[in-house]
Amino acid sequence: MANDDVSRIDATLVPPAERLGLVGLGAAIVSRLVIIVPYIWLLFFFLVPFAIVFKISLSQTAIAIPPYTPTLDFSDGFAGFIGALKELSFDNYVWLTQDPLYFYAYVSSVSIAAISTVLTLLVGYPIAYGMARAPASLRPTLLMLVILPFWTSFLIRVYAWIGILKPEGLLNQFLLSVGVISEPLIILNTYAAIFIGIVYSYLPFMILPLYASLEKMDYSLIEAAKDLGCPPTAAFWKITFPLSLPGVIAGCLLVFIPAVGEFVIPDLLGGSQTLMIGKTLWNEFFANRDWPVSSAVAVILLLILIVPIVFFQQAQARAQEQGR
Amino acid sequence: MNTTWSRFNITAIVLGFSFLYLPIVLLVVFSFNASKLVTVWGGFSTKWYVSMFHNQGLMDAAWVTIRVGLVSATVATVLGTLGALALTRYTRFRGRVLFSGMIFAPLVMPDVITGLSLLLLFVAVNLDRGMLTVILAHITFTMCFVAVVVQSRLLTFDRSLEEAAMDLGAPPVRTFFQVTLPVIMPAIVSGWMLAFTLSLDDLVVASFASGPGATTLPMKIYSQVRLGVTPEINAACTILIAIVAVGVLTASVVNKRREVQRRRDEQAAQRG
Amino acid sequence: MASLGSIRRDFAPWNDPNGKPYIRFENVTKRFGDFTAVNDLSLSIFEREFFALLGASGCGKSTLLRMLAGFEEPTSGRILLDGQDLRGIPPYRRPVNMMFQSYALFPHMSVEKNIAFGLKQEGMPKADIEKRVAEMLKLVKLEPFAKRKPHQLSGGQRQRVALARSVAKRPKVLLLDEPLGALDKKLREETQFELMDLQQNLGLTFVVVTHDQEEAMTMADRIAILDKGEVMQVATPTEVYEAPTSRFVANFVGNVNMFEGKVAASDATTARITGASGAQIVIDSAGAAAAGADVAFAIRPEKIKVSSKRPAEAVNALEGEVYDIAYLGDMTVYHVKLDDGQVVRASMLNAARIMDDPLTWNDRAWISFRPDAGIVLAR
Repeated sequence: MANDDVSRIDATLVPPAERLGLVGLGAAIVSRLVIIVPYIWLLFFFLVPFAIVFKISLSQTAIAIPPYTPTLDFSDGFAGFIGALKELSFDNYVWLTQDPLYFYAYVSSVSIAAISTVLTLLVGYPIAYGMARAPASLRPTLLMLVILPFWTSFLIRVYAWIGILKPEGLLNQFLLSVGVISEPLIILNTYAAIFIGIVYSYLPFMILPLYASLEKMDYSLIEAAKDLGCPPTAAFWKITFPLSLPGVIAGCLLVFIPAVGEFVIPDLLGGSQTLMIGKTLWNEFFANRDWPVSSAVAVILLLILIVPIVFFQQAQARAQEQGR
Repeated sequence: MNTTWSRFNITAIVLGFSFLYLPIVLLVVFSFNASKLVTVWGGFSTKWYVSMFHNQGLMDAAWVTIRVGLVSATVATVLGTLGALALTRYTRFRGRVLFSGMIFAPLVMPDVITGLSLLLLFVAVNLDRGMLTVILAHITFTMCFVAVVVQSRLLTFDRSLEEAAMDLGAPPVRTFFQVTLPVIMPAIVSGWMLAFTLSLDDLVVASFASGPGATTLPMKIYSQVRLGVTPEINAACTILIAIVAVGVLTASVVNKRREVQRRRDEQAAQRG
Repeated sequence: MASLGSIRRDFAPWNDPNGKPYIRFENVTKRFGDFTAVNDLSLSIFEREFFALLGASGCGKSTLLRMLAGFEEPTSGRILLDGQDLRGIPPYRRPVNMMFQSYALFPHMSVEKNIAFGLKQEGMPKADIEKRVAEMLKLVKLEPFAKRKPHQLSGGQRQRVALARSVAKRPKVLLLDEPLGALDKKLREETQFELMDLQQNLGLTFVVVTHDQEEAMTMADRIAILDKGEVMQVATPTEVYEAPTSRFVANFVGNVNMFEGKVAASDATTARITGASGAQIVIDSAGAAAAGADVAFAIRPEKIKVSSKRPAEAVNALEGEVYDIAYLGDMTVYHVKLDDGQVVRASMLNAARIMDDPLTWNDRAWISFRPDAGIVLAR
């Protein structure tokens, strides 16, 4: 729109009620409702649970329903409530930090997630780049082909890899028949299988933001670089890659953060020899029935991920500002 | 971008997409395996599809999953759309930073944390676990995805359409329903489909939040996978894939047709 | 005042001492944070006027329009419509309609439904809506396109739909935000006259925002020239062009030459201005300037004659050299560098195919003009 008058960009400067004639009690109620309904839902179902997790992490396990003590309620009156509060302690956290197994699980989860993220980037970038450079008529089809596996069940796709990677699985059958190896490769139930699983499952999450970034890039910038004497590889590193950085960052965060807490992949593909914190949490909860310890594990995991999560939110907010 | 497709690019695309689709193709192929093994071909047979339909546990789980998906997707779409509106239309309200954080965080939050925290909430308020809790849990984490999808559409929405409607006498609420909503409807529908798929697909959160009588299909499949796999699982998976594929392909074809028709209309208009 | 230009029309309610303005901006100020878009502005618009707000981008014209439509509220001051203060009245309750620069046609509705939208909002019975819509379609000559959607129309057709939609409710005031901006030149010229006819036939008050002088001069009864949120002059096109009240307006509309100097002598019928180089020009009136005051004499290029010899009967004649020539077909523009260094722009119609007095670059030449050919402006 050629209307370059200032009057359009005042959205951030004017309180909502005054703008666009939203006057009157009815309109005020409506605008409050639009904000309040989702806000309260999220507060109650997203934020409050974290507080509860924290409280449980300070409790002890017990053979009871619910399987922890103390329960903070007023059944014993106010004094009982205060007494219950006094029973809370950081014992679980002390225990976790003293047990090397948990420490190792956290470290291995973060490093596996980091390595997988890099691998996913290496696999995903050429694909996204190829898609961005495809003829315009082909691009929607390619996009749909990338999204399609994403819509099919995550669980199913991981399960499919079991059949491929196990000793008598299809990969080994293929390699043996071709003669590349003489004995089946042990991939299933190792860390290698986890890497493959994560890369495979999270690939669309990496490709989509990368593609979005690359597609927006003005190719005439590359042509200008070449015109000024820059060879293609250098042009890629000096121009294309830096300009695609927002997509790279978004993609990496979208893979890394959930991968740290991943459960299904290490459980189905990693086997008992591998350790990831998501699996540990699950086992503590379902197998050992130790709710307080699982809660403590969750809190520490959350603390580890807070920084990348905030980073991600800020990147999203920044993208939103630029989109205005 | 330019349309010169180098050999490197083509190789990358072909290899990449083969990698993406290979496991799915193998899964589908082996669902027709006559033998009980999932990795050794024993001839063609559709017997697993038959036995799958007779597997009561599987069918019950499928029915639960569909109901949970439909309800949670619909509610999540409403809440997510409200959330998107709140974020894009009201740029200054108390607690906006917190609200924005709560909308974006679930996008990357590991399932185990979401699942555990919701379960502990339900226990704390003494809510019996069952279909209701699964639905509540699914609504909570899928609404954020809907919000992101709808929000990105709202950002490119032409506000002068709303101003025109108000100028012609429509108060704000009526403007929203008669002008804004119809125009952003495709994004809302995408959001619904995304929420539905995420709900259909979820294993971890459902495992935490569910209760007796509310076993979802992923939970059932997972438990059977642990016990030992037969091609019956493949058959179930193939059906799911087929449904999704048909859905996505139809949407894609319909969209493409609409685009072509639209372009033809615009060109015809230019010629006068 | 002596008759300026040659265009007369009997419609001039602003000259009527008993005239009551239909729209009044009273000391309106609009601030966006630190930025003042409109600064203590007062303006009157009369009923059935075709009024133009003209100015460069950022001058506040669109803000004024949006305040009138109700999309912004003034930071201070009032806006009155037919005597009623509009403060607090939302846009959907004002008897004012707007035609948007981007047309803002509802993409999911047909042409018919777009036009009917405003009528439905006011609860008009269905049969009446259909009649009015048919009337509007006939008005803008779009009957065969009634069922089409906006994306199936060309740019010019969309503009007509936007116009039909905005007058369908028969508002007392129609606001138009750069209505011709998106059209190509030929279409623009046709549409200018169509808009003027429409306004006359429907008896509406039009307020048009534009940055295009030609558009404003062609269509408007009166023009308000704005700069940085303030009104520089409000007058008819003729007055704006021939009697600008400030340097800004003189420079803004068309081209102008400024002869700077001091008032040497002045009485009822004649005055003199002495320039820095000592050259004197004779004019008919020094306006309000006293003797000795610093003034500029503003004269338009087409009022200046260029000739190779000093015209005998010319009261004002200055000598110089032809510095530049632009042949435009219907006229020729000369840039003449006077001996004191000032470059004067003069344009002459090529009224004859064969030129009587051909001039070329670097020729010595004389410029001459009548005493009443320009106007005195304060420094």
